[in-house]
Amino acid sequence: MRFLAQLRMWALMLLARGTAASCLDAELRDHLERQTAENIAAGMSADDARYAALREFGNLALLRDQTRARWSWSQLEGLLRDVRYGVRTLARAPAFTSIAMVVMALGIGANVAMFTVIRSVLLKPLPYPDPDRLMMVYERDVVGDPDSMFNVVAGGMYAEWKQQNQTFQNLGLAGGFESNVSGAGGQLPEKLHGVNCTWNLLPLLGVKAALGRSFTADDDRWAANGTVMLTWGLWKRRFGGDPGILNQTVQINRRACTVIGVLPAWFVFPEDPAVQLLTPVYHEKPAERMASRGNHQFVVIGRLHPGVTAEQASTDLALIARRLHDAHLDEPIIGKSAVTRPLLDDMVVDARRPLYMLFAATGCMLLIVCLNVANLLVARGAALRREHAIRMALGGGGMRLLRAQLMESFLLCSGGGAAGLALAWAAIGWLAKARPDLSRVEAVHIDVPVVAFAVGLICLCALVAGVIGSRASRGEHMLTSLQESGRGSTMAHGRVRLRKALMTLEVALTVVLLVGAGLLLKSYQRLRSSDMGCTTSNVLTMRIALFGGRFGDRGERVNFFSDFLQKVRALPGVQAAGFVQAVPGQGFWGDGPFSIVEHPSLSVGQTDMAIYRWADPGYFAAMGIPVLRGRTFDDGKRLDKANEIVISKKFADRKLPGENPIGKHVRVDDRVLTIVGVVGDTRFAQSEEPAPMQYLPLYSGFPNHGSLVIRSSQDVDKFALPVE
Amino acid sequence: MGKPSDLVQGTLDLLILKTILLEPKHGWAIAKRIQQASGEVLQVQQGSLYPALHRLEQQGWIKAKWAESETGRQAKFYALTAAGRKQLEAETANWNRLSAAIDLVVTEA
Repeated sequence: MRFLAQLRMWALMLLARGTAASCLDAELRDHLERQTAENIAAGMSADDARYAALREFGNLALLRDQTRARWSWSQLEGLLRDVRYGVRTLARAPAFTSIAMVVMALGIGANVAMFTVIRSVLLKPLPYPDPDRLMMVYERDVVGDPDSMFNVVAGGMYAEWKQQNQTFQNLGLAGGFESNVSGAGGQLPEKLHGVNCTWNLLPLLGVKAALGRSFTADDDRWAANGTVMLTWGLWKRRFGGDPGILNQTVQINRRACTVIGVLPAWFVFPEDPAVQLLTPVYHEKPAERMASRGNHQFVVIGRLHPGVTAEQASTDLALIARRLHDAHLDEPIIGKSAVTRPLLDDMVVDARRPLYMLFAATGCMLLIVCLNVANLLVARGAALRREHAIRMALGGGGMRLLRAQLMESFLLCSGGGAAGLALAWAAIGWLAKARPDLSRVEAVHIDVPVVAFAVGLICLCALVAGVIGSRASRGEHMLTSLQESGRGSTMAHGRVRLRKALMTLEVALTVVLLVGAGLLLKSYQRLRSSDMGCTTSNVLTMRIALFGGRFGDRGERVNFFSDFLQKVRALPGVQAAGFVQAVPGQGFWGDGPFSIVEHPSLSVGQTDMAIYRWADPGYFAAMGIPVLRGRTFDDGKRLDKANEIVISKKFADRKLPGENPIGKHVRVDDRVLTIVGVVGDTRFAQSEEPAPMQYLPLYSGFPNHGSLVIRSSQDVDKFALPVE
Repeated sequence: MGKPSDLVQGTLDLLILKTILLEPKHGWAIAKRIQQASGEVLQVQQGSLYPALHRLEQQGWIKAKWAESETGRQAKFYALTAAGRKQLEAETANWNRLSAAIDLVVTEA
């Protein structure tokens, strides 16, 4: 009953606020008149009676205000009045307003953008069902590589794990490959990132084909027909989103594959967002390769049984690895243990620390912004002192003034915040375009929690800036303010002290930020200036791969490479050209075991490893890698006659210390090669120390892919097209 | 007349509710009635009366109606609602308990 009455009242006050106000006036007037009438009856004159009544009434305006404050909507009304008032005051000082808003927009924009990235990349679960149970599995303590904590997995090890483990519902395996999709119907051939995976990988992740079907166990055999699944993006882009592509044949690396399905639009391959097509691994790779325990080249993803921890899974798989290792003590590069970590952690492991560092920096910046705006508000408070004093004298309460000031700061912050949100949106769009390599960048976008974060930030800033700003006008005597500002006197001491304190804080924070930024720049500069061990200016590199058909033969490949290099070198303006499997900075690619024929053989279970690169004789000159001793490959030696090897300085220092390496022999893959030269060290990645490297002759005809290197005195980019 | 005694904190609501228990009254009459009934001891200030009346109205304990008064002018009459009647009982009981307790303390000491 009472609730209903209250509700009625509530609605009434909302609809009839104007009437209620005039009713109150009438009510108060009625009271005044009755009082006056009584006073007259008591024998006063008309004027005296009225004054007496008014005196008793006190401040009529105040009484009216106090009564109205009891109405249900009065709080909201007051708020609206404050907003109107705040907007008017701010509009009167456009310079102040725009500066404060721009400052706020920068601060809030940077923080919202950072938060969006961190939330999307680090905090949001992966888009698969039950993502917490998805684990990345690695081999550990691989013999021959004592530092291997998270080592990629060999096919043989995977097979044992899959068969014997007790902790995983399912284990899947995947390996990346470079795929050439041949041109058809007038389209250019295209080079794409692809993945070979076991048929159970997609069901394990919880991904179903959006169109067609996923792989089955039957597709995932050496004897099966070739099949391929396309990502949504590739299907839309290259095949025009035509559903008729199903059951059509496309040529991938010169082999016919039937398109059996298209992956959903949201699907992104966990380890490499650039992956555009999937093929079954046991069909693509020969069985002996898949059974090898030394050929580490796959990633393994598993889905845990419910309730199993990552540690239990690690222990389980480590035990299997240990057993396998003990059963094959003679094998050179076999894993001894295993380790698992959650898929999400694995994907963001490199991004986490820099992101949190940046977030801390933008947080610091936001604090500076708040202090700046507070400082502006204090300065403005000085200009508005007279107005505040007058309002105070007319009966404006301290709380009312504080509320008005907070509202002003809130308006500034929300204006700035809205601009900041737009800024963040633009920044994130730019980031997604500029850094497609950042893991999970595709998941970065502004959503409801981010907007909520922005609103929270706005309120926080408004509170901090507003409270500091309004502290300045407290504790000043109304009368002195009125007198002082009448004479245009200087600022009160308290205000000056506050502004000084704010300035000190700001300078301190700025110094912290600058030091941080300086350190970041320094390490970035170190990274940029790390000596790659070769010439990097005016060098163009292009990746090339030959597949299938006529390039299946080693002789054909050798002919192609030498003709090709001759043609490139003949282009006007080309100073030097060479060919290598991977140029410095292009990544690790692969290492392999070797032994030095002149040395006693290592004890069983021990192996020497070095990164290998196939290179043509002209590569070192083209890349500017110095030949320190001996010479490069003999250009006349082809195919099996190409039995020379060039080693890096580190290789010589580590494996042949104090010896003359020239003329020594190295056994690689059962072939004995003669060392003919020692060249300078290069880095396989910008941030890595140079590692021992062995260069094998390109003209032996084994490799079918690599990078062309062109050096010129002119702008090298213009060679890109003629070569293609 | 000296400085009017302040109303005991929180008792104004009780006094207002009690005053309009029998018949609806307007603001001035409520103030007068309280003054008279208390033997001119309790003086209700307009600054307290009207906010209190409006608060009680918002809470649904009293309801207001414009009607012709004894002088023939329109005046706002306040009347008790059913909820107000219950509130009056509760507040009366509360007051009795409180005043008895205070009485005990004051007289015993």
